[in-house]
Amino acid sequence: MTIDELTPTTGEWLRGVGSMSDVVISSRIRLARNLADRPFLATASATERTEIYRCLTDAITSTSAGSDALLVDIEQTDTLDREVLVERHLVSRQHANGDGSRGVTISPDETRALMINEEDHLRIQALRSGLELEALWEEVSGVDDTLAKRLAFAFDRQFGYLTACPTNVGTGIRVSVMLHLPALKLTKEIERVARAARDMHLAVRGMHGEGTDALGDLYQLSNQTTLGKTEEEIIGVFSETIVPKIVEYERTARDSLAQHSPYQLDDKIWRAYGILVNARRIGSEETQALLSPIRMAIHMERFTSMSVAALNELLLHTQPAHLQKLHGKTLEGEQRDIVRAEYLRSRLAPSP
Amino acid sequence: MSLVCQRCQQAKATVHITDTVPDKRELHLCEDCAEKEGVIIKQHHQSTNEILQQLIKHKAGLGAAGDLACPNCGMTVREFQLKGQLGCSHDYEAFKELLTQLIERAHEGATHHVGKVPATAGETVRKHAGLLRLRRELQEAVEQENYEHAARVRDQIQALESV
Repeated sequence: MTIDELTPTTGEWLRGVGSMSDVVISSRIRLARNLADRPFLATASATERTEIYRCLTDAITSTSAGSDALLVDIEQTDTLDREVLVERHLVSRQHANGDGSRGVTISPDETRALMINEEDHLRIQALRSGLELEALWEEVSGVDDTLAKRLAFAFDRQFGYLTACPTNVGTGIRVSVMLHLPALKLTKEIERVARAARDMHLAVRGMHGEGTDALGDLYQLSNQTTLGKTEEEIIGVFSETIVPKIVEYERTARDSLAQHSPYQLDDKIWRAYGILVNARRIGSEETQALLSPIRMAIHMERFTSMSVAALNELLLHTQPAHLQKLHGKTLEGEQRDIVRAEYLRSRLAPSP
Repeated sequence: MSLVCQRCQQAKATVHITDTVPDKRELHLCEDCAEKEGVIIKQHHQSTNEILQQLIKHKAGLGAAGDLACPNCGMTVREFQLKGQLGCSHDYEAFKELLTQLIERAHEGATHHVGKVPATAGETVRKHAGLLRLRRELQEAVEQENYEHAARVRDQIQALESV
């Protein structure tokens, strides 16, 4: 398996399946771990950094944690391929653009990505389509156990797992759920939902950038507190309390739109489709924004000529790095917009 | 008896601070003034990173305290303030006082880990973690007046303590 082979696929987590997948795009859990007898990356020398990289990649690739995984040495990877990994949510932008010895191991189905030498020595992450946090916890915890048999992780009886930044100390867990909330945005209830989540010490971010003006109505909800609660308690807040509630609000808002303003709703959907299928040049952000009402419409059964899986493929393949990889060469901004519009027309236009 | 805020001389002082570095002093402030002084950070709608930045700024401003260095990696409190990242796991011991305060603010008042313990950790570490978890469960059961459950948890604590 190579990055070139990954690019034309959408990966397991964008399959559009799983619990509450009409609103929950994907869930992710990551654990931060550091080797006990090595300096953190802020003070590690280049040699120490390389040793940490070797030590971790050896342990991962020689156990069930990643014996079948694709190991990407990011330092030796070109910019476009790094950007493909960011667009696929397999590595953080910080990791892609960072310095020094670093990498990621990716499972064949792309549900597991272990980042080496990001902010901590190791970040074990698993991601899936829909709300599947319990299964994800079982997976990351299992990988953690497997690796802990070979490696000693920095652990303190008071503070728990020790991390480079004290905001991650304790469990080292970060639970993130990506939600699609177009109806709450349209009915202007999104701010209230975001406030309620923040009152529960959760962070709410637009998928790209800050604030509640999220691109494509995609919002990421994640925990900020990692200490003083068990992993199960932290996960439970998402899977039992906050996410089902937000999903219910979003569904109610969708029903209400369909009932009280069906013409406005359909107008929004079909205008979006009209632009996507006719544009001669279009940017990636506009594409994402226009795909949002169509995603909602598919789930509301008001738009039946496309599947969610097909829409997810469009969403991913119109992003800059994927578009260029699939086109077979690097393109300047203006040229990209033209190729993107051509791609969308070829995929969306009804056959003559 | 209720104290008036030393700064605005109007609102009731609800935040009481005793500084020992650089000089011993006591402060009694209302919540708004305490936030303006940078001694507390109101929890609402602030990201953990902002809390971290404000807290280390306040602490590292304290002259000599910023020069405190970790004997293992050599990182100082001031460098930690600049980078926002620690130099090695021993920093948690070297800067324990500062970090405990910081961690408490960033983690809703928590100062102790109650989650997963490495499978290979020593028996004492596992026992310690188990006790912490049970004591918290006991406290919650008592708060919810679930005395039957509390009694069961108490028995579990006693059993674990006698091991």
